[in-house]
Amino acid sequence: MASVPHGGKLVQIELMKGDSRDKAKDLSEAIKVKISFETRIQIFNISNGILSPLNGFMGSEDCQNVIDNMRLANDTPWTIPVLLHVPEEFAAGNGDEITLVDESDTPVAQLVFEELYKINKREYAMKVFGTEEEAHPGVAKTYAASDRILAGKLKAVTKYENNAFENYTLVPKETRVLFKEKGWKDVIAFQTRNAPHIGHEYVQKTALAFADGIFINPVLGKKKAGDFKDDVILAAYQALVKNYYPKNSAVLSVLNYEMQYAGPKEAIMHAIMRKNFGCTHIAIGRDHAGVGNYYGPYAAHEIFKEFPDLGISAIFFREFFYCTKCSGIANEKICPHPESDRLTFSGTKLRKMFLSGEVPPKEFMRPEVSEVILNSKSAFVE
Amino acid sequence: MHNRIEEMIVKKNGFKSVSDYVTYVLREVVAMHETKEVPEPFTSSDIEQIKERLKALGYL
Repeated sequence: MASVPHGGKLVQIELMKGDSRDKAKDLSEAIKVKISFETRIQIFNISNGILSPLNGFMGSEDCQNVIDNMRLANDTPWTIPVLLHVPEEFAAGNGDEITLVDESDTPVAQLVFEELYKINKREYAMKVFGTEEEAHPGVAKTYAASDRILAGKLKAVTKYENNAFENYTLVPKETRVLFKEKGWKDVIAFQTRNAPHIGHEYVQKTALAFADGIFINPVLGKKKAGDFKDDVILAAYQALVKNYYPKNSAVLSVLNYEMQYAGPKEAIMHAIMRKNFGCTHIAIGRDHAGVGNYYGPYAAHEIFKEFPDLGISAIFFREFFYCTKCSGIANEKICPHPESDRLTFSGTKLRKMFLSGEVPPKEFMRPEVSEVILNSKSAFVE
Repeated sequence: MHNRIEEMIVKKNGFKSVSDYVTYVLREVVAMHETKEVPEPFTSSDIEQIKERLKALGYL
Protein backbone atom coordinates (compact mmCIF):
# COMPACT_ATOMS: atom_id res chain seq x y z
CA MET A 1 0.00 0.00 0.00
CA ALA A 2 1.26 3.46 -0.90
CA SER A 3 2.14 5.85 1.90
CA VAL A 4 -0.76 7.83 3.30
CA PRO A 5 -0.37 11.45 2.18
CA HIS A 6 1.37 13.63 4.72
CA GLY A 7 -1.14 15.08 7.16
CA GLY A 8 -3.73 12.53 5.97
CA LYS A 9 -4.96 14.20 2.80
CA LEU A 10 -3.56 14.71 -0.68
CA VAL A 11 -4.25 18.35 -1.47
CA GLN A 12 -5.62 19.11 -4.94
CA ILE A 13 -6.28 22.76 -5.86
CA GLU A 14 -8.66 23.23 -8.77
CA LEU A 15 -7.68 24.82 -12.07
CA MET A 16 -8.94 28.33 -12.85
CA LYS A 17 -11.71 28.25 -15.38
CA GLY A 18 -11.30 30.03 -18.71
CA ASP A 19 -8.21 31.14 -20.51
CA SER A 20 -5.66 32.75 -18.21
CA ARG A 21 -4.85 35.45 -20.79
CA ASP A 22 -8.49 36.57 -20.84
CA LYS A 23 -8.38 36.66 -17.07
CA ALA A 24 -5.31 38.86 -17.18
CA LYS A 25 -7.32 41.51 -19.04
CA ASP A 26 -9.81 41.65 -16.18
CA LEU A 27 -7.21 42.17 -13.50
CA SER A 28 -6.69 45.90 -13.61
CA GLU A 29 -8.74 46.33 -10.43
CA ALA A 30 -7.58 43.16 -8.67
CA ILE A 31 -5.02 43.05 -5.88
CA LYS A 32 -2.00 41.55 -7.54
CA VAL A 33 1.31 40.16 -6.40
CA LYS A 34 4.07 39.50 -8.88
CA ILE A 35 5.83 36.24 -8.13
CA SER A 36 9.12 34.69 -9.18
CA PHE A 37 9.49 31.59 -11.32
CA GLU A 38 10.52 29.65 -8.21
CA THR A 39 7.31 30.65 -6.41
CA ARG A 40 5.36 29.61 -9.50
CA ILE A 41 6.93 26.17 -9.16
CA GLN A 42 6.03 26.10 -5.48
CA ILE A 43 2.42 26.84 -6.39
CA PHE A 44 2.47 23.95 -8.85
CA ASN A 45 3.80 21.69 -6.09
CA ILE A 46 1.23 22.85 -3.53
CA SER A 47 -1.67 22.57 -5.97
CA ASN A 48 -0.76 19.00 -6.92
CA GLY A 49 -0.33 17.77 -3.37
CA ILE A 50 3.45 17.43 -3.43
CA LEU A 51 3.55 19.65 -0.35
CA SER A 52 0.44 18.18 1.32
CA PRO A 53 -1.06 19.03 3.73
CA LEU A 54 -0.26 22.65 2.77
CA ASN A 55 -2.99 24.23 0.70
CA GLY A 56 -1.35 27.64 0.49
CA PHE A 57 1.39 29.77 2.00
CA MET A 58 2.06 29.51 5.72
CA GLY A 59 0.75 31.82 8.37
CA SER A 60 2.80 33.08 11.31
CA GLU A 61 1.75 30.32 13.72
CA ASP A 62 2.83 27.54 11.38
CA CYS A 63 5.98 29.41 10.37
CA GLN A 64 7.12 30.00 13.95
CA ASN A 65 6.30 26.46 15.00
CA VAL A 66 8.25 25.07 12.04
CA ILE A 67 11.38 27.08 12.77
CA ASP A 68 11.17 26.44 16.53
CA ASN A 69 9.93 22.84 16.67
CA MET A 70 10.15 21.43 13.14
CA ARG A 71 6.39 20.90 13.11
CA LEU A 72 3.31 22.66 11.84
CA ALA A 73 1.08 24.18 14.49
CA ASN A 74 -1.03 20.98 14.43
CA ASP A 75 2.09 18.87 15.24
CA THR A 76 2.57 17.49 11.71
CA PRO A 77 6.31 17.13 10.97
CA TRP A 78 7.60 19.97 8.77
CA THR A 79 11.07 21.45 8.76
CA ILE A 80 11.27 24.37 6.32
CA PRO A 81 8.58 27.08 6.09
CA VAL A 82 6.82 27.64 2.76
CA LEU A 83 6.44 31.41 2.56
CA LEU A 84 5.25 34.02 0.12
CA HIS A 85 7.43 37.12 0.46
CA VAL A 86 5.74 40.34 -0.65
CA PRO A 87 7.04 43.91 -1.01
CA GLU A 88 7.03 46.17 2.05
CA GLU A 89 4.29 48.36 0.60
CA PHE A 90 1.90 45.48 -0.18
CA ALA A 91 -1.46 45.82 1.55
CA ALA A 92 -4.50 43.55 1.74
CA GLY A 93 -7.04 42.56 4.36
CA ASN A 94 -9.60 39.99 5.41
CA GLY A 95 -11.88 38.80 2.65
CA ASP A 96 -9.52 39.90 -0.12
CA GLU A 97 -8.74 37.60 -2.99
CA ILE A 98 -5.30 38.20 -4.36
CA THR A 99 -4.16 37.28 -7.83
CA LEU A 100 -0.62 35.99 -8.07
CA VAL A 101 0.85 36.85 -11.46
CA ASP A 102 4.07 35.84 -13.18
CA GLU A 103 6.65 38.21 -14.63
CA SER A 104 4.54 38.78 -17.76
CA ASP A 105 1.50 39.64 -15.62
CA THR A 106 -0.26 36.37 -16.44
CA PRO A 107 -2.30 34.98 -13.54
CA VAL A 108 -0.89 31.94 -11.86
CA ALA A 109 -3.21 31.56 -8.88
CA GLN A 110 -5.90 33.10 -6.73
CA LEU A 111 -5.09 33.32 -3.07
CA VAL A 112 -7.53 33.98 -0.25
CA PHE A 113 -5.97 36.40 2.22
CA GLU A 114 -5.33 35.11 5.73
CA GLU A 115 -2.56 37.18 7.23
CA LEU A 116 0.29 39.61 6.65
CA TYR A 117 3.23 39.33 9.01
CA LYS A 118 6.98 39.80 9.32
CA ILE A 119 9.76 37.35 9.93
CA ASN A 120 13.07 37.96 11.63
CA LYS A 121 15.44 36.96 8.85
CA ARG A 122 18.46 36.34 11.10
CA GLU A 123 16.43 34.11 13.41
CA TYR A 124 15.01 32.33 10.37
CA ALA A 125 18.48 31.77 8.89
CA MET A 126 19.93 30.48 12.16
CA LYS A 127 17.06 28.13 12.94
CA VAL A 128 16.45 26.79 9.43
CA PHE A 129 19.98 26.71 8.01
CA GLY A 130 21.97 26.58 11.23
CA THR A 131 24.04 29.61 10.20
CA GLU A 132 23.73 33.35 9.63
CA GLU A 133 26.55 33.39 7.07
CA GLU A 134 25.61 34.88 3.76
CA ALA A 135 27.96 32.47 2.00
CA HIS A 136 25.26 29.84 2.53
CA PRO A 137 23.00 30.04 -0.55
CA GLY A 138 19.80 29.52 1.46
CA VAL A 139 20.77 32.26 3.90
CA ALA A 140 21.72 34.63 1.07
CA LYS A 141 18.32 34.06 -0.51
CA THR A 142 16.58 34.69 2.81
CA TYR A 143 18.44 37.96 3.34
CA ALA A 144 17.71 39.11 -0.21
CA ALA A 145 13.96 38.54 0.18
CA SER A 146 11.47 40.86 1.80
CA ASP A 147 10.69 40.14 5.46
CA ARG A 148 6.98 40.80 4.85
CA ILE A 149 5.02 37.59 4.39
CA LEU A 150 1.58 37.03 2.90
CA ALA A 151 -0.28 33.97 4.12
CA GLY A 152 -3.34 32.48 2.48
CA LYS A 153 -5.01 29.48 0.91
CA LEU A 154 -4.79 28.87 -2.81
CA LYS A 155 -8.29 28.96 -4.24
CA ALA A 156 -7.48 28.13 -7.86
CA VAL A 157 -4.41 27.90 -10.07
CA THR A 158 -3.67 28.09 -13.79
CA LYS A 159 -2.05 25.22 -15.66
CA TYR A 160 1.72 25.27 -15.48
CA GLU A 161 2.54 26.22 -19.09
CA ASN A 162 5.95 25.97 -20.71
CA ASN A 163 7.17 23.21 -18.46
CA ALA A 164 10.19 22.12 -20.47
CA PHE A 165 10.05 18.70 -18.83
CA GLU A 166 6.29 18.17 -18.86
CA ASN A 167 6.55 14.66 -20.26
CA TYR A 168 8.75 13.66 -17.35
CA THR A 169 6.79 15.48 -14.66
CA LEU A 170 4.45 13.23 -12.73
CA VAL A 171 2.32 14.44 -9.85
CA PRO A 172 1.38 12.41 -6.76
CA LYS A 173 -2.01 11.25 -7.97
CA GLU A 174 -0.28 9.87 -11.08
CA THR A 175 2.57 8.14 -9.27
CA ARG A 176 0.11 6.63 -6.81
CA VAL A 177 -1.84 5.07 -9.68
CA LEU A 178 1.39 4.09 -11.43
CA PHE A 179 2.84 2.28 -8.42
CA LYS A 180 -0.42 0.44 -7.91
CA GLU A 181 -0.61 -0.58 -11.57
CA LYS A 182 2.94 -1.88 -11.36
CA GLY A 183 2.05 -3.87 -8.27
CA TRP A 184 4.65 -2.07 -6.18
CA LYS A 185 4.04 -1.98 -2.43
CA ASP A 186 7.43 -0.98 -1.10
CA VAL A 187 8.69 1.94 -3.14
CA ILE A 188 12.07 3.57 -2.51
CA ALA A 189 12.48 7.22 -3.37
CA PHE A 190 15.82 8.46 -4.58
CA GLN A 191 16.40 12.20 -4.45
CA THR A 192 19.19 13.58 -6.59
CA ARG A 193 20.50 16.80 -8.11
CA ASN A 194 23.38 15.22 -9.97
CA ALA A 195 24.09 13.07 -12.97
CA PRO A 196 24.54 9.53 -11.65
CA HIS A 197 27.96 8.09 -10.93
CA ILE A 198 28.54 4.51 -9.83
CA GLY A 199 28.22 5.46 -6.14
CA HIS A 200 24.68 6.74 -6.73
CA GLU A 201 23.82 3.61 -8.66
CA TYR A 202 24.98 1.41 -5.81
CA VAL A 203 22.86 3.29 -3.30
CA GLN A 204 19.84 2.93 -5.58
CA LYS A 205 20.38 -0.73 -6.31
CA THR A 206 21.16 -1.69 -2.74
CA ALA A 207 17.90 -0.04 -1.68
CA LEU A 208 16.04 -1.59 -4.60
CA ALA A 209 17.14 -5.06 -3.50
CA PHE A 210 14.74 -4.71 -0.56
CA ALA A 211 11.84 -3.07 -2.38
CA ASP A 212 9.48 -3.59 -5.29
CA GLY A 213 10.56 -0.53 -7.20
CA ILE A 214 12.57 2.66 -7.09
CA PHE A 215 11.26 6.14 -7.83
CA ILE A 216 14.21 8.14 -9.18
CA ASN A 217 13.17 11.74 -8.75
CA PRO A 218 15.87 14.23 -9.81
CA VAL A 219 15.36 17.80 -8.70
CA LEU A 220 15.24 20.23 -11.59
CA GLY A 221 15.22 23.96 -11.08
CA LYS A 222 17.43 26.77 -9.84
CA LYS A 223 20.75 25.42 -8.62
CA LYS A 224 24.14 26.77 -7.77
CA ALA A 225 27.05 27.30 -10.14
CA GLY A 226 28.89 24.08 -10.91
CA ASP A 227 25.82 21.85 -10.58
CA PHE A 228 24.78 19.76 -13.56
CA LYS A 229 22.19 21.37 -15.85
CA ASP A 230 18.68 19.97 -15.76
CA ASP A 231 18.56 18.47 -19.24
CA VAL A 232 21.90 16.76 -18.65
CA ILE A 233 20.72 15.19 -15.39
CA LEU A 234 17.58 13.86 -17.02
CA ALA A 235 19.36 12.50 -20.10
CA ALA A 236 22.05 10.91 -17.93
CA TYR A 237 19.45 9.10 -15.82
CA GLN A 238 17.58 7.98 -18.92
CA ALA A 239 20.81 6.37 -20.14
CA LEU A 240 21.39 4.70 -16.79
CA VAL A 241 17.87 3.32 -16.40
CA LYS A 242 17.72 2.12 -20.01
CA ASN A 243 21.01 0.25 -19.84
CA TYR A 244 21.39 -0.88 -16.24
CA TYR A 245 18.00 -1.40 -14.60
CA PRO A 246 15.75 -4.44 -14.92
CA LYS A 247 12.56 -3.65 -16.78
CA ASN A 248 9.76 -2.48 -14.54
CA SER A 249 12.01 -1.82 -11.55
CA ALA A 250 12.49 1.96 -11.85
CA VAL A 251 10.33 5.00 -12.52
CA LEU A 252 12.16 8.15 -13.58
CA SER A 253 10.28 11.39 -13.12
CA VAL A 254 11.52 14.88 -12.32
CA LEU A 255 10.65 17.19 -9.45
CA ASN A 256 10.56 20.91 -10.16
CA TYR A 257 11.88 22.37 -6.95
CA GLU A 258 14.40 24.93 -5.84
CA MET A 259 17.10 23.41 -3.66
CA GLN A 260 17.54 25.24 -0.36
CA TYR A 261 20.71 23.46 0.77
CA ALA A 262 19.34 23.15 4.30
CA GLY A 263 21.02 19.77 4.86
CA PRO A 264 19.22 17.61 7.44
CA LYS A 265 16.10 19.77 7.55
CA GLU A 266 15.80 19.60 3.81
CA ALA A 267 16.24 15.83 3.94
CA ILE A 268 13.02 15.68 5.97
CA MET A 269 11.24 17.86 3.40
CA HIS A 270 12.52 15.60 0.63
CA ALA A 271 11.08 12.64 2.49
CA ILE A 272 7.72 14.35 3.00
CA MET A 273 7.41 15.20 -0.70
CA ARG A 274 8.22 11.62 -1.72
CA LYS A 275 5.75 10.28 0.85
CA ASN A 276 3.12 12.34 -0.94
CA PHE A 277 4.16 10.71 -4.21
CA GLY A 278 3.32 7.38 -2.56
CA CYS A 279 6.81 6.20 -1.64
CA THR A 280 7.21 4.11 1.49
CA HIS A 281 10.98 4.61 1.88
CA ILE A 282 13.63 7.13 0.97
CA ALA A 283 17.36 6.57 0.51
CA ILE A 284 19.51 9.03 2.40
CA GLY A 285 23.21 9.12 1.65
CA ARG A 286 26.15 11.25 2.68
CA ASP A 287 25.72 15.02 3.09
CA HIS A 288 22.15 14.97 1.84
CA ALA A 289 21.09 18.43 0.59
CA GLY A 290 24.23 19.92 2.08
CA VAL A 291 26.49 22.67 0.85
CA GLY A 292 30.08 23.49 1.80
CA ASN A 293 30.88 22.30 5.32
CA TYR A 294 27.75 23.61 7.00
CA TYR A 295 26.44 20.18 8.02
CA GLY A 296 28.06 16.99 9.26
CA PRO A 297 28.32 14.33 6.55
CA TYR A 298 25.69 12.18 8.25
CA ALA A 299 23.60 14.87 9.97
CA ALA A 300 20.73 13.96 7.67
CA HIS A 301 20.78 10.43 9.12
CA GLU A 302 20.52 11.66 12.69
CA ILE A 303 17.57 14.00 12.20
CA PHE A 304 15.19 11.22 11.19
CA LYS A 305 15.36 9.89 14.77
CA GLU A 306 13.37 12.93 15.86
CA PHE A 307 10.36 12.00 13.73
CA PRO A 308 8.75 8.72 14.78
CA ASP A 309 5.58 9.91 13.05
CA LEU A 310 7.06 10.90 9.69
CA GLY A 311 5.22 8.12 7.86
CA ILE A 312 8.04 7.28 5.46
CA SER A 313 11.07 5.22 6.42
CA ALA A 314 14.57 6.38 5.68
CA ILE A 315 17.24 3.91 4.58
CA PHE A 316 20.66 5.24 5.39
CA PHE A 317 23.79 4.73 3.36
CA ARG A 318 27.42 5.41 4.04
CA GLU A 319 29.43 6.68 1.12
CA PHE A 320 30.34 4.15 -1.54
CA PHE A 321 33.79 4.05 -3.16
CA TYR A 322 35.78 1.82 -5.45
CA CYS A 323 38.26 -0.33 -3.52
CA THR A 324 41.24 -1.50 -5.52
CA LYS A 325 41.89 -4.34 -3.05
CA CYS A 326 38.27 -5.54 -3.07
CA SER A 327 38.20 -4.93 -6.84
CA GLY A 328 34.71 -3.55 -6.53
CA ILE A 329 32.36 -1.04 -5.04
CA ALA A 330 32.23 -0.98 -1.25
CA ASN A 331 31.68 1.29 1.69
CA GLU A 332 33.32 1.57 5.08
CA LYS A 333 30.84 -0.90 6.62
CA ILE A 334 31.95 -3.73 4.35
CA CYS A 335 35.51 -2.89 3.32
CA PRO A 336 38.48 -3.28 5.72
CA HIS A 337 41.07 -1.58 3.49
CA PRO A 338 42.70 1.79 4.15
CA GLU A 339 41.84 4.99 2.38
CA SER A 340 44.88 4.66 0.14
CA ASP A 341 43.15 1.73 -1.56
CA ARG A 342 39.95 3.65 -2.15
CA LEU A 343 38.86 5.78 -5.08
CA THR A 344 36.08 8.10 -3.98
CA PHE A 345 33.37 9.37 -6.30
CA SER A 346 34.24 13.02 -6.05
CA GLY A 347 31.85 15.34 -7.88
CA THR A 348 34.61 17.94 -8.14
CA LYS A 349 36.97 15.42 -9.72
CA LEU A 350 34.32 14.29 -12.20
CA ARG A 351 33.49 17.88 -13.11
CA LYS A 352 37.17 18.61 -13.82
CA MET A 353 37.39 15.53 -16.03
CA PHE A 354 34.33 16.52 -18.03
CA LEU A 355 35.46 20.10 -18.42
CA SER A 356 38.72 18.89 -19.91
CA GLY A 357 36.88 16.48 -22.21
CA GLU A 358 38.19 13.42 -20.40
CA VAL A 359 36.08 10.25 -20.10
CA PRO A 360 35.90 9.09 -16.47
CA PRO A 361 36.94 5.49 -15.85
CA LYS A 362 34.07 3.00 -15.93
CA GLU A 363 34.63 2.33 -12.23
CA PHE A 364 33.44 5.92 -11.68
CA MET A 365 30.67 6.34 -14.19
CA ARG A 366 28.86 4.18 -16.73
CA PRO A 367 30.19 4.89 -20.25
CA GLU A 368 26.65 5.58 -21.52
CA VAL A 369 26.19 8.23 -18.82
CA SER A 370 29.60 9.81 -19.49
CA GLU A 371 28.76 9.93 -23.19
CA VAL A 372 25.57 11.91 -22.52
CA ILE A 373 27.50 14.44 -20.44
CA LEU A 374 30.40 14.78 -22.84
CA ASN A 375 28.04 15.20 -25.79
CA SER A 376 26.17 18.06 -24.18
CA LYS A 377 27.33 21.55 -25.19
CA SER A 378 27.64 22.79 -21.65
CA ALA A 379 26.89 20.36 -18.85
CA PHE A 380 27.21 22.67 -15.84
CA VAL A 381 25.40 25.66 -14.42
CA GLU A 382 27.59 28.76 -14.74
CA MET B 1 5.95 5.24 35.75
CA HIS B 2 7.19 8.82 35.79
CA ASN B 3 10.19 7.85 37.93
CA ARG B 4 10.93 4.83 35.76
CA ILE B 5 11.00 6.98 32.62
CA GLU B 6 13.06 9.62 34.38
CA GLU B 7 15.69 7.05 35.39
CA MET B 8 15.79 5.65 31.89
CA ILE B 9 16.25 8.97 30.15
CA VAL B 10 19.00 9.95 32.56
CA LYS B 11 20.85 6.73 31.67
CA LYS B 12 20.22 6.91 27.94
CA ASN B 13 20.67 10.63 27.60
CA GLY B 14 18.42 10.85 24.55
CA PHE B 15 15.51 12.94 25.82
CA LYS B 16 15.46 16.23 27.71
CA SER B 17 12.47 15.40 29.91
CA VAL B 18 9.79 12.84 30.68
CA SER B 19 7.39 15.00 28.77
CA ASP B 20 9.63 14.84 25.67
CA TYR B 21 9.79 11.07 25.96
CA VAL B 22 6.04 10.66 26.34
CA THR B 23 5.40 13.00 23.40
CA TYR B 24 7.77 10.94 21.28
CA VAL B 25 6.06 7.67 22.12
CA LEU B 26 2.60 9.10 21.62
CA ARG B 27 3.53 10.52 18.24
CA GLU B 28 4.64 7.08 17.19
CA VAL B 29 1.40 5.48 18.37
CA VAL B 30 -0.86 8.14 16.88
CA ALA B 31 0.97 7.94 13.54
CA MET B 32 0.36 4.17 13.48
CA HIS B 33 -3.38 4.74 13.78
CA GLU B 34 -3.39 7.56 11.25
CA THR B 35 -1.87 5.38 8.54
CA LYS B 36 -4.78 2.96 8.50
CA GLU B 37 -7.58 3.02 5.94
CA VAL B 38 -7.12 6.37 4.31
CA PRO B 39 -8.72 6.21 0.84
CA GLU B 40 -6.82 7.46 -2.21
CA PRO B 41 -8.07 10.92 -3.18
CA PHE B 42 -9.32 10.16 -6.69
CA THR B 43 -12.31 8.58 -8.38
CA SER B 44 -12.37 5.66 -10.81
CA SER B 45 -12.79 8.04 -13.75
CA ASP B 46 -9.74 10.00 -12.54
CA ILE B 47 -7.84 6.74 -12.53
CA GLU B 48 -8.73 5.98 -16.15
CA GLN B 49 -7.58 9.45 -17.24
CA ILE B 50 -4.37 9.09 -15.30
CA LYS B 51 -3.69 5.70 -16.86
CA GLU B 52 -4.18 7.15 -20.33
CA ARG B 53 -1.57 9.84 -19.66
CA LEU B 54 0.82 7.33 -18.12
CA LYS B 55 0.45 5.09 -21.17
CA ALA B 56 0.95 8.02 -23.55
CA LEU B 57 4.16 8.95 -21.76
CA GLY B 58 5.43 5.38 -21.76
CA TYR B 59 5.21 4.80 -18.02
CA LEU B 60 2.65 2.02 -18.45
